[in-house]
Amino acid sequence: MSEQAIKTGGHLQSIVHDWSDQKQAFHVPWGKLMMWIFLISDTFIFSCFLVGYMSVRMTTTDPWPYPSEVFALNLFGHTVPLILIAIMTFILITSSGTMALAVRYAHFRDKKKIALLMYITALFGASFVGMQAFEWTKLIGEGVRPWGNPFGAPQFGSAFFMITGFHGLHVSVGVLYLSIVATKVLNGVYDKKNNYDIIEITGLYWHFVDLVWVFIFAFFYLW
Amino acid sequence: MTTYLPIADQPSELHDPHTFISKYVWSQDHKVIAIQYGSTAVFVGLIALVLSGLMRLQLGYPNTFAFIDPSNYLQFVTMHGMIMVIYLLTALFLGGFGNYLIPLQIGARDMVFPYLNMLSYWFYLLSVLILLASFFVHGGPTGAGWTLYPPQAILRGTPGADMGIILMLASLAVFIIAFTMGGLNYVTTVLQARTHGMTMMRMPLSVWGIFVATILGLFAFPALFVSAVMMTFDNLIGTSFFMPAVQSLGQNVAHTGGSPVLFQHLFWFFGHPEVYIVALPAFGLVSDVLSTHARKNIFGYRMMVWAIVAIGALSFVVWAHHMYVSGMNPYFGFFFAFTTLIIAVPTAIKVYNWVLTLWQGNIRMTVPMMFAMGFIFTFIHGGLTGIFLGNVTIDLPLSDTYFVVAHFHMVMGVSPIMVLFASIYHWFPKMSGKMFNVTLGKIHFWATFLGTYAIYLPMHYLGILGVPRRYYAIGTTSFIPDSAMALNANITQAALFVGVMQLVFIINIIWSLVKGKPAGHNPWEATSLEWQTPDTPPHHGNWGEKLPVVYRWAYEYAVPGAKDDFVPQNIPPEEVVMLPGAGKYVNRSEEH
Repeated sequence: MSEQAIKTGGHLQSIVHDWSDQKQAFHVPWGKLMMWIFLISDTFIFSCFLVGYMSVRMTTTDPWPYPSEVFALNLFGHTVPLILIAIMTFILITSSGTMALAVRYAHFRDKKKIALLMYITALFGASFVGMQAFEWTKLIGEGVRPWGNPFGAPQFGSAFFMITGFHGLHVSVGVLYLSIVATKVLNGVYDKKNNYDIIEITGLYWHFVDLVWVFIFAFFYLW
Repeated sequence: MTTYLPIADQPSELHDPHTFISKYVWSQDHKVIAIQYGSTAVFVGLIALVLSGLMRLQLGYPNTFAFIDPSNYLQFVTMHGMIMVIYLLTALFLGGFGNYLIPLQIGARDMVFPYLNMLSYWFYLLSVLILLASFFVHGGPTGAGWTLYPPQAILRGTPGADMGIILMLASLAVFIIAFTMGGLNYVTTVLQARTHGMTMMRMPLSVWGIFVATILGLFAFPALFVSAVMMTFDNLIGTSFFMPAVQSLGQNVAHTGGSPVLFQHLFWFFGHPEVYIVALPAFGLVSDVLSTHARKNIFGYRMMVWAIVAIGALSFVVWAHHMYVSGMNPYFGFFFAFTTLIIAVPTAIKVYNWVLTLWQGNIRMTVPMMFAMGFIFTFIHGGLTGIFLGNVTIDLPLSDTYFVVAHFHMVMGVSPIMVLFASIYHWFPKMSGKMFNVTLGKIHFWATFLGTYAIYLPMHYLGILGVPRRYYAIGTTSFIPDSAMALNANITQAALFVGVMQLVFIINIIWSLVKGKPAGHNPWEATSLEWQTPDTPPHHGNWGEKLPVVYRWAYEYAVPGAKDDFVPQNIPPEEVVMLPGAGKYVNRSEEH
């Protein structure tokens, strides 16, 4: 805060002064800020998808299928509802943990551990996408299509494929992004400027994709 | 922890590109990208202008031109609207002026992520090419109206239902990706790359307008992106997001249970902020032009900033005033009418402040100043009719008439374009180093200003008569008198005249680029940083060895006792030359 702001007083005023001070508004590298802004924008995309889904769920004239029955797996003779989704969610949340560890090791410049943890994160991500593909295959086998399904409202399939597809695309891009950055870490690309911000930036993206999944899980599978 | 320096403190790493390709084609320099954006936008804008001329020919002289059939007419309307709003205005204000002015006015060497900025332009160009391709595919471009309302947008029978609508939606999606890449740069650059002494409250209003508009874009375009994706799915793979069970051409379509009103909500959640994505940069740019040529500080700078921010925030809670006739709960209409009229308050603050800036100013009647003052007129007219349409009860009878056409053309067609011309004439000497021809500029102004009134004032009257918009031909009806048809012909004559007179502008620009007199580095005696660059036009990196240091706001005109009537932002207080006996220079802007 500038001294003048303190002198003129007023908390609101001093907040404005803090934010609008010379050179920069946030004390972070620009890349990190840019990722934050992108993620806010992306939040609007997912929000619109979810609001659209909720809206058609209300307007459709056919009954909405029960997600816990549609997304059940038959394991050892028992029908377990949502088991695959639970595992997928667990895996994705675990991957956020390994990502956070990678960011921690980035502070210590421990290249091998950073790369290892990022590859593990990417692997978790890839297995998530793999299970998503399995789920898609299973539902398609049962006759669920974007334009209709045997369980009820056609919008169920449309919203399902669109939202999980768009999220899966984000995860896939994240896997690619993580692998590229991890490889660059191993090659010492970021030593040249001694700048490891990119790990944290990649991490922001990954945690975001994770968080979005929690909302999709809550609004699509549990509701 | 990683240590890092603010961008203004980092050593410069820019190196001049040397090959022609890296300098002018795959350029990462914000100024070149700005000019690429600008010229592409003006090019598509001219196409949209021709389309509007064709529409007017049909309306003014029905049954005369065999090559305009009802389908063509709807296609012209659609493409004219979409191109003007998105591909011309949004691209030119943000991609063009945003790119050019942000780094120069805040004292940065370039955008923070030049490579992404370059990609932004090439994606924009791609979106334009996809859009133009729809003129050449089977069935032609879409004729669904620029709002692309389903179900008719994708039903058989609507022009362009084969390929046109798909190309339109694809083009929009690509445009949004392009905008996001550019927009991230604009916002981050304004926040993080300001030079020494450049606080947010010292930024020229141009930067404020572009900055807030870009934030609006980053939050509003996602809604359009999502609706484009969902409509593409409805069209291509038969989902039913927006499609209820309907009969089309005597047959049941294979859709059921979708919500057309959902599309309208998504579209206008984008569409209304879009009005301000275009208007806020215009507000900012015109403030700078007015202040410079009135030789007077902008009146109420802080209020101007807060008004921009308030308008930006409010613009997200007014969207359904476009949907009063769509079938909504009446209480929604009450809420949205209320928020809509609230926006008039910060907007009126801005208009008063522009007028008060002129008051007792030492006005120089330059070409940019004429356009800027013209903007005040057209904007007040468009704004006042907006108050009519914001009220549900008045909107209902007027909403499908030419009154609406007149309103939105005055407020978001003519007004931003007046600012665009003001800004192009104002910054042309900096961009090219040449001065334009003043006489041609004045001819261009009077033709455009008076011409647009000749077009749009009568349209208000037609609208109150009840002449419906969107119609290919009115035919004979009991409530539309013959004089309305005569008026329509007059409007067409005026529209063609204004359209042709834009050639004066194009000729002026091209002629001045080749033969214009050197403009000098600061022909308008302006204070903001872009006029203080060591070279004109500025070189790659903008500032030479050292970044400028800013000591005051951008509106230090007519300083009491100073020798010149302006003090640039980067002159230290002790170097300001005062008249003998005038005492010491006092910085008037330093309440902050």
